[in-house]
Amino acid sequence: MINDFRQAKTGKLLIDILPDKCDFCGCCVGVCPEDAIELKEAEIFIIDERCTNCAKCVWSCPIEVIKFNKEGVRK
Amino acid sequence: MKNYYDVVVVGGGPAGSMAARFAAEQGVSVLMLEKDRDIGYPVRCGEAVSRKGIEEFITPDEKFIASHITKFSMNAPDGTEVVLPLPEEGFVLERRIFDYELAKTAAQAGTEILTRAYVNGLLFDGDAVAGVKYEFRGEQHEVSAGVVIAADGVESRVGRWAGIKTHIDFRDMESATQYTISGIEVDPNTIYFHFGSNAAPQGYLWVFSKGSTSANVGLGISGLIGKKKSALQYLTEFMERTYPDAAILTSIAGGVPCSITLEKISAPGIILVGDAARQVNPLSGGGIASGMIGGSIGGRIAAESIRMKEPEHLLTYDKAWADRLGKRHETFDRIKNGIYNFSDEKFNSIAHSFAKVPNDKRTLGSLFRTALLHNPGLLIDVAKVFL
Repeated sequence: MINDFRQAKTGKLLIDILPDKCDFCGCCVGVCPEDAIELKEAEIFIIDERCTNCAKCVWSCPIEVIKFNKEGVRK
Repeated sequence: MKNYYDVVVVGGGPAGSMAARFAAEQGVSVLMLEKDRDIGYPVRCGEAVSRKGIEEFITPDEKFIASHITKFSMNAPDGTEVVLPLPEEGFVLERRIFDYELAKTAAQAGTEILTRAYVNGLLFDGDAVAGVKYEFRGEQHEVSAGVVIAADGVESRVGRWAGIKTHIDFRDMESATQYTISGIEVDPNTIYFHFGSNAAPQGYLWVFSKGSTSANVGLGISGLIGKKKSALQYLTEFMERTYPDAAILTSIAGGVPCSITLEKISAPGIILVGDAARQVNPLSGGGIASGMIGGSIGGRIAAESIRMKEPEHLLTYDKAWADRLGKRHETFDRIKNGIYNFSDEKFNSIAHSFAKVPNDKRTLGSLFRTALLHNPGLLIDVAKVFL
């Protein structure tokens, strides 16, 4: 399940993307320095090989869809 | 559908439609691709615009005007409200109709339009962009183009694929969320702004009337604030405080890129317009009018470069935009950076001072003067806007 969780650079928490709650607004895509988020009409996912876990998408999401997962580090 | 168009526009918002129209009006072939199923929907916008901002492009029509705006209400953190008349009329639009009408003007000029066409890559001829790849009805397609116009909004991925740095600093991205609510009472001719740490720190909260019982209620905050608390939480709290019983007709999220224009908005075979180029007014967050201006300039220059068979002509777009609005936005951006750091006390004291100004002397200019007395450092930048 490695694709479901992203490790953040900023600490030991993980980034968790919740497509079911997403409004597909594109905020995260606009701030992503790596072009690592694919966003269609109603479909969103992180492109694994590009993501550097910088967490800017987390901070920019207006509706808490991309969040830190507090369950801890997963490898 | 042909396999080559002189101009392919990616995105069917106001900037894309105007780019398509202004190109098509010069007789070149134009295709506009929209990723969603509908032009104009979903509406990720507060929908306020000045009359002057749209009438250059379309005759104001009641069918896409929800409210005529003549007054501006500033609400300070301590609840002090000051109301002043606007120097010129504004509108709160019905974007789903407005965008449709704009696209129809592009179609009238000869643009072909395809919705549910998701652009996912570019074609190149050497270093120059020469077309797009797109998914339509589950199948992958390609279309060649003399010029690609990226009007793909806040995401701005198309420009990135051409090697232009389009991502915006998360501090300049105003993360926004909005409800369209009904069953409330508002003055149909007033737009309300709320400032301060309670409402929307490093941003503002808006209540844009759509008639006397409905309004767009939304807010934008910097990513720096979003780090600690989301836009959704701020909006939820405001709704509980102010409109606990309102019916929510629409809830929507969005991003407003409040920065200066990208350093580069053209490259061989491609130009960027609207939000994708970061052509939003960084002070107000308004992007309808400026996007249409960017689109119209882009569409005109794209068509000229095709007709003159001079690909290099495309690169004159950067300067044409800078001269029309881009430089002005740099000044707005400096003012924004001054105002965004205002404390609650400062907003309160501006409102208190302004409340003493007699009604007939209240203008946006006098509000600015009051604000300046509280922060003289802004004076030079504000002066530049009015010069």
